[in-house]
Amino acid sequence: MEPFVTLTSKLVPLPNENVDTDQIIPARYLKVTDKQGLAEGLFAGWRYLPDGSPNPDFVLNKPEMQGRKILLAGDNFGTGSSREHAPWALMGWGFRAVISTRFADIFYNNALKNGLLPVIVDEATHRRLFQLVEAEPDIEVTIDLPSQTLRLPDGTEVTFPIDGFSKHCLLKGLDQLGYLLEHMPRIEAYEREHPPRFDTRVLVRR
Amino acid sequence: MAMTRPRTLFEKIWDDHVVYEEPGSPAILYIDLHLIHEVTSPQAFQGLREKGLRVRRPGQTLATMDHSIPTVGRDFSLMDAMAVKQIQTLEENARAFGIPLFNMFDDRQGIVHVIGPELGLTQPGMTIVCGDSHTSTHGAFGALAFGIGTSEVEHVLATQTILQRKPKTFEVRFEGARPEGVTAKDMILALIATIGTGGGVGHVFEYRGDAVRGLNMEERLTLCNMSIEGGARAGLIAPDDVTFEYLADKPFAPKGKDWDEALKRWRQLPTDPGATYDKSVTIDVSRLEPMITWGTNPAQAIPITGRIPDPDKEPDPRRRRAMERALAYMGFQPGQQLLGHPIDVVFIGSCTNARITDLRMAAQIFKGRKVAPGVRVLVVPGSQQVKRQAEAEGLDRIFKDAGAEWREPGCSMCIAMNGDRLEPGQYAVSTSNRNFEGRQGPGGRTILASPLTAAAAAVTGKITDPRPLLA
Ligand code: SF4
Repeated sequence: MEPFVTLTSKLVPLPNENVDTDQIIPARYLKVTDKQGLAEGLFAGWRYLPDGSPNPDFVLNKPEMQGRKILLAGDNFGTGSSREHAPWALMGWGFRAVISTRFADIFYNNALKNGLLPVIVDEATHRRLFQLVEAEPDIEVTIDLPSQTLRLPDGTEVTFPIDGFSKHCLLKGLDQLGYLLEHMPRIEAYEREHPPRFDTRVLVRR
Repeated sequence: MAMTRPRTLFEKIWDDHVVYEEPGSPAILYIDLHLIHEVTSPQAFQGLREKGLRVRRPGQTLATMDHSIPTVGRDFSLMDAMAVKQIQTLEENARAFGIPLFNMFDDRQGIVHVIGPELGLTQPGMTIVCGDSHTSTHGAFGALAFGIGTSEVEHVLATQTILQRKPKTFEVRFEGARPEGVTAKDMILALIATIGTGGGVGHVFEYRGDAVRGLNMEERLTLCNMSIEGGARAGLIAPDDVTFEYLADKPFAPKGKDWDEALKRWRQLPTDPGATYDKSVTIDVSRLEPMITWGTNPAQAIPITGRIPDPDKEPDPRRRRAMERALAYMGFQPGQQLLGHPIDVVFIGSCTNARITDLRMAAQIFKGRKVAPGVRVLVVPGSQQVKRQAEAEGLDRIFKDAGAEWREPGCSMCIAMNGDRLEPGQYAVSTSNRNFEGRQGPGGRTILASPLTAAAAAVTGKITDPRPLLA
């Protein structure tokens, strides 16, 4: 995982509320067996016209949005399915952070595990950000993970929450599996005290 | 002797499964059962290969195919090349890592959340995960069950554990006598309409109250299934005699002395008197009607005789915009009553409502009636076992005689990955769990409902109150 420390970028505004994972990446794009190629399906339902050509009105298709790394999303982002294809698709397009007032639990966790930072802001800040980009689409904000702050163009700083463990992993680019593997002796000890009560392998037919 | 603090059902299961918790870090939680399917697992196995890791507990793992397989028949020629590659990848991974797999030709195959309970693998007090958000279904047995992402699938494969922050608890009380024609599906839609899709974020639901006790096991599965639609990753129901009776003859249920011991353990699980929850809500079931959704998230639901709310009366501007967008997508008007609105497709299936009792409910309405002209009806059983049972009871004949399609088990039009999908603009009454834009096919419009309400729409061709049709 690529470390995340600070990020300065212009914003891609997507004010829709309750954007669910079926919107982020529709199921028909989930037949892949790797993590590549998902960017193409990002917001596909909105991004393409029925004939498959890009919808020029959709924000992601505007030339000036290319290369921006922060998605300013509407309230309650990422509800729905557990598909990790959602953060993969967002990152595939180039996003490294998403700002919203609220994130669905599974999406939030999936994002953190991939180095995509979900930034939770209060409703007033959220409204203000949308007002700012509406007035001046090219404003830049800075996300500083060590101090957990989001800096607006006028210098105002708002803090955002993140648990210490995830922050540490993001700053260092650490994979959480490494942490679990380090604790293998404890897992083995637990298993000695709690032997499995069944073995699904009896289901295997020879 | 020191008194132990009263604990909830959730806390007891959580405490039993914490392997280790470092201050400031999430807990390492042990997983008893890991269910796998073709869509969310390939990248996890790829991760294991890259790191040279093996599957730690193949005997606590079970794989099935359900999401992308055809339900018209079982033939590779019915699938596109990517779907074929995906199921072949699962086949290879299961073989290489020693995991039992029900492939699409297996007579035990089914939707992952249908087969766990029917095998008796889902048991009280367990922790269960799957790379699928409707894993919450298994909570009906008093198991802590929740969906995980693919990175976490890899973590569980490699270590049989997962890193978790302890969620908060949310008591959901369903009280009062359930009226005729009101099902578990209507109860859960009513809850989600009350608390919103984000209402349970960060929490685990525990469903309680006399109306929950009065549900049979399959109705409880329906209730817990949609916990995630209310924002909660898991929903639990304390095990009781209904649970034990359902489990007793299942293949993986403990037998003899082991059963007696298990019962003793399981009877300790229900929430202690005096234990407290972080949040609580009560729903009066006696006042409920069959529920239907009018919008593009499951919280946008109304009683079947009700009217679509008017966005102009919504004080919160963001909720107002969301309502307006949903109305535009669905082609509905504020204040409109949906009763009598014509529909194109009826889908009876999914891990929410494709068990035998769901099919019996639907058959009750189809019996002696015909599918309305121009309406397409898919009945997709949840598993091969459900299919066999339905056929033994003659339910398949009732559906086919009425003019419905009787399919092979799978997720089918719930997620529309396998070719079963709506055409743009079509209206479908579906027993599945998500009415998101495009969920059942690009441009498709989904109205969520119970099997009774779906069947009533099938035979009348429009949105219909099922209650008068219940002889
Ligand atoms: S039936 Fe639908 S909700 Fe259930 S597991 Fe399949 S795709 Fe997911």
